[in-house]
Amino acid sequence: MSQHQLDCRNLLCPMPVIRTQNALKDIAEGETLEVVCTDPGTLNDIPTWCRINGHTVLSTEEQGHEIIFQIKK
Amino acid sequence: MSNLETLQNTAPKSKQPKAVALISGGLDSLLAAKVVQEQGVHVEGINFYTGFCVEGHTHAIRKKDKEKEKRNNALWVAEQLGIKLHIIDISEEYKDIVLNPKHGYGANLNPCLDCKIFMVNQAQAWAWAEENGFDFIITGEVIGQRPKSQRKETMPIIARESGADDRLLRPLCAKNLIPTLPEREGWVNREELYDFSGRSRKPQFELAKKFGFEDFAQPAGGCCFLTDANYSKKLADLWEARGERRYELDDIMLLKVGRHIRPKKNFKLIVSREEGENNFLRGYKRQFTSIHTVSHGGPLTLLDGEFDKDDIKLAARIAARYSGGKHADKVTVQVENYQGSSFVLDVEPMTADAVKQEWHV
Ligand code: SF4
Repeated sequence: MSQHQLDCRNLLCPMPVIRTQNALKDIAEGETLEVVCTDPGTLNDIPTWCRINGHTVLSTEEQGHEIIFQIKK
Repeated sequence: MSNLETLQNTAPKSKQPKAVALISGGLDSLLAAKVVQEQGVHVEGINFYTGFCVEGHTHAIRKKDKEKEKRNNALWVAEQLGIKLHIIDISEEYKDIVLNPKHGYGANLNPCLDCKIFMVNQAQAWAWAEENGFDFIITGEVIGQRPKSQRKETMPIIARESGADDRLLRPLCAKNLIPTLPEREGWVNREELYDFSGRSRKPQFELAKKFGFEDFAQPAGGCCFLTDANYSKKLADLWEARGERRYELDDIMLLKVGRHIRPKKNFKLIVSREEGENNFLRGYKRQFTSIHTVSHGGPLTLLDGEFDKDDIKLAARIAARYSGGKHADKVTVQVENYQGSSFVLDVEPMTADAVKQEWHV
């Protein structure tokens, strides 16, 4: 199982959601994607997008200004 | 293999019709999707990001907005409906709609009619929508709700020019229009659609209540900055100053931030109003000449346009007027160009009435 990464720093919502959505399209079922964001709006938007589209947020971690999501497709 | 493909390959050929709903995040598109969903149709949502969407960046920048709950209304709507939502970035293609609207603008720089045609067209053209057998498109349009784009005469224009033709269903006002394919095919029951018209939103509120939706978004100026008079004024000013109608995504984002002051034709200042905006504007220091006050606390200011030494001094005096040293005899500022070289300048802050009202864009 491979781990994919996506840098969404300095992007404002909804761009991080759009990039996450597009990145998930390209990975296989069961694989994970790490997304790094700086827009606090993503704290709500990324988990919501994952919920309605059937993906799982494994963890959400805040490090300083950065928010790091681990998402399983 | 995507979820959708799996579904298609494994599920028995069911007769359940499938519709794509244009979800803006407002009440009308929420209700339109719900009405059709209630009739047993499989609905998925599409939301387009034009760059002018109100809920985008705005809430992330200012402190006062940070205290409000941050939520993307389109995502919230999709979750209420229990449908998938696909968000698509159309900001590049959308430029042509804003710059050259075939059907003109509304009250401000909102090209609503062209915009609707474009979005419906995008929804239809979107490859997988057809590949996955979506049968029709739903919008929350209501006849007479908006003076320009939602008149009875314009409804067929949108349907025709978008290419969706009679696969475009407006559940909230369908009974005022001729029956569409989904109605004729019996995918939806026309009798259970609505006949709303006019500017009153009362019937929508009643329907929302019936469905048990309470917390829906009711943004004052709609969900698009182009309907905002102040925003449109700033956009028009940008085009006039440049001598051509063109913009980049950064331009239209900066129009949402700070005070915009144009003391002379050739340049303007973007002065931050608070810490959140300061942080945001700092991200543009490598693209613009910037001014920040050294001797006193104060805003970060970007200069946009072409300017000489005297202009910079004028700009520094204006910037100082918005700093903690506005009543001081002199304020020290640092001027930095986009390549990072800088110099320090002492200026006398401008008085409040010397910053002319007409300079404010
Ligand atoms: S308000 Fe904005 S998004 Fe809505 S139809 Fe008009 S131009 Fe398009």
